[in-house]
Amino acid sequence: MKRTIYSEIDGKSGRFYLLAAVLAALTLSGFVAALYMEHYGHYITGMNNQIVWGLPHVFAIFLIVAASGALNVASIGTVFGKRIYKPLGRFSGLLALALLLGGLTVLVLDLGRPDRLIVAMTTYNFTSIFAWNIYLYVGFIGVVAVYLWMQMERRMNRYARAAGMLAFLWRLVLTTGTGSIFGFLVAREAYDSAIMAPLFIAMSFSFGLAIYVLVLLAACHGSGREIGDAVLRRLGRLLGVFVAVVLYFTAVQHLTNLYAAEHLGVERFILLDGGIFTVLFWGVQVTVGGLLPLLLLFRSPPVNSVVSARGLVIACLAIVAGGFAQVYVIVIGGQAWPLNLFPDREVSSSFYDGVISNYSPSLPELGLGLGGVALTGLIVLFGIRILRFLPTTLADSAIDPNFVSSADKS
Amino acid sequence: MNRKADKPATAMPFDPGRRSFLAGTAATAGVALAPGIFLYSVGASRSAEARALDEAASSEVRWGMLIDVNRCDSGCNDCVSACVTENGLQGHGRPATDPQWIRKIDLRDPNTGREQSLPVMCQHCDEPPCVDVCPTGASFKRADGIVLVNKHTCIGCRYCISACPYKARSFVHETLEDQKSYAPRGKGTVESCTLCVHRIDDDRQPACVEACSDTGGGAMLFGDLNNPDSEIARRVAQYASQQIRADLGLNPAVRYRNL
Repeated sequence: MKRTIYSEIDGKSGRFYLLAAVLAALTLSGFVAALYMEHYGHYITGMNNQIVWGLPHVFAIFLIVAASGALNVASIGTVFGKRIYKPLGRFSGLLALALLLGGLTVLVLDLGRPDRLIVAMTTYNFTSIFAWNIYLYVGFIGVVAVYLWMQMERRMNRYARAAGMLAFLWRLVLTTGTGSIFGFLVAREAYDSAIMAPLFIAMSFSFGLAIYVLVLLAACHGSGREIGDAVLRRLGRLLGVFVAVVLYFTAVQHLTNLYAAEHLGVERFILLDGGIFTVLFWGVQVTVGGLLPLLLLFRSPPVNSVVSARGLVIACLAIVAGGFAQVYVIVIGGQAWPLNLFPDREVSSSFYDGVISNYSPSLPELGLGLGGVALTGLIVLFGIRILRFLPTTLADSAIDPNFVSSADKS
Repeated sequence: MNRKADKPATAMPFDPGRRSFLAGTAATAGVALAPGIFLYSVGASRSAEARALDEAASSEVRWGMLIDVNRCDSGCNDCVSACVTENGLQGHGRPATDPQWIRKIDLRDPNTGREQSLPVMCQHCDEPPCVDVCPTGASFKRADGIVLVNKHTCIGCRYCISACPYKARSFVHETLEDQKSYAPRGKGTVESCTLCVHRIDDDRQPACVEACSDTGGGAMLFGDLNNPDSEIARRVAQYASQQIRADLGLNPAVRYRNL
């Protein structure tokens, strides 16, 4: 096993500039979409007084949840001492920061008054999990930045483990905070559950690692860096475990709700006759995002590395699609189900009481959400262009402590 | 891998392309962002007119309402109309996004077929979830129990709308015109029934209560729940009344009779 050498990507090719231009254009269109929404007001979006959080929140929450999960690769290397993961740590920190910044940007730009961000940063109500999350998100950026410094500055390497431990604990608290946004909503039947916090942590492990693998493969492929089978196999198996844990928590979430007669209505809505939400739940979240990746990741490991990488990429894409659907079902589906003011009566009003609400996402919302994704990509691209986040090679011979060359075998 | 081997190599050559790349990126970002910032300053909505909180609010008072459902007619909408007129809530003909501070809900008991109608607005909870979840403290409860939104510090996150069990809050989805000076509103912020706080501070009744008394069924009674000599306190002491979703333990100041 050799010493790990990191380097910036070359960034002189036409492909690099094309990718940068596309990401910059998408980011810019996201800002324009936000400006359009703020100028005319949210009535031009699909959101209304029933579904107050729409597609931008789905993007934002997905990215923020994935951000904390993307940091796990670094944690496994420095905190849990798995050597093969160590060369992957810097890139893990960069991706975590980029995902969080992308998600937060979408979240902030969808506020009714994004110009009052300074108010949110200076005026706190400490009974609000939202206010705590502002600390947790900003703190995460600081903690990960320090963690990266400890990893990248040779003289500070000895503190990397301590910084990594702090970052790992911080990310657990952060995702607990994100899940609790929903867990603390006592009047909403689809939320109001302590399981939202561990469910979101499981989701972050899964979504974050899937995105990490995809972006790592793209970065290595694009910059002509080798990536070995051993590391891909390990990442794949770990990802499989995370997918199974998400399915487990999802099952417990719904079984617990099904046991309470008062929640049968909302469960029936999501699981059986909720239209798009039922399709997204069973079709995309469970089948595409859960069962398919499990099948791909736990079948007997193929010998051919090309097949291995392809299977892993499909599994990761499926997890991202399923994860996005899961957040959509939680955020939009949970709001679509009406509040129950009078549990034993049939109700009607001019304000949509007792009615399942409709939501059709608008183009500006999609533009804003995609802008956040593009901003994440732009930060990663910019980061690996100017700093040494990526190892020059991730070949088995370079990073696998158990590597035995074929010459030694014979 | 030993510690030494984990250290990064120092022999990487200086990359002259990085400096020019950074400079180029900064220039591109500047050109791209500058018009956006300018446009934003043009597009930003005007702030709502500031209004000082009344210093006379006292915690010895708890303003509340008692609504007799038997006296509320299904076809009568006078309380809603009065609220719209009083607070300048004229909508844009878009019911999904137009705000409603008070609404009539028609109820039907599926077991008996009994039908009722009643107005529902902000219930001015003693333990308001909207106040708990508001990140900036813009949602607040006045000393006399009235739950309000500070239009200057509301960032429009809508968490309070999600948290309210009574669906009592609305988000201002569009540009506002012809606001009432005593009921300031703000595009991009959240709002709800203020219990006509401007009237209360002026020793008058909320507009809905007045309208219900003048032209409606006289179903609404307003007063100080903490004052044992007040009409509302005497009635809630004498007759059975209930709160909507009392199981949540929020202790709303709006109570209903014959529900």
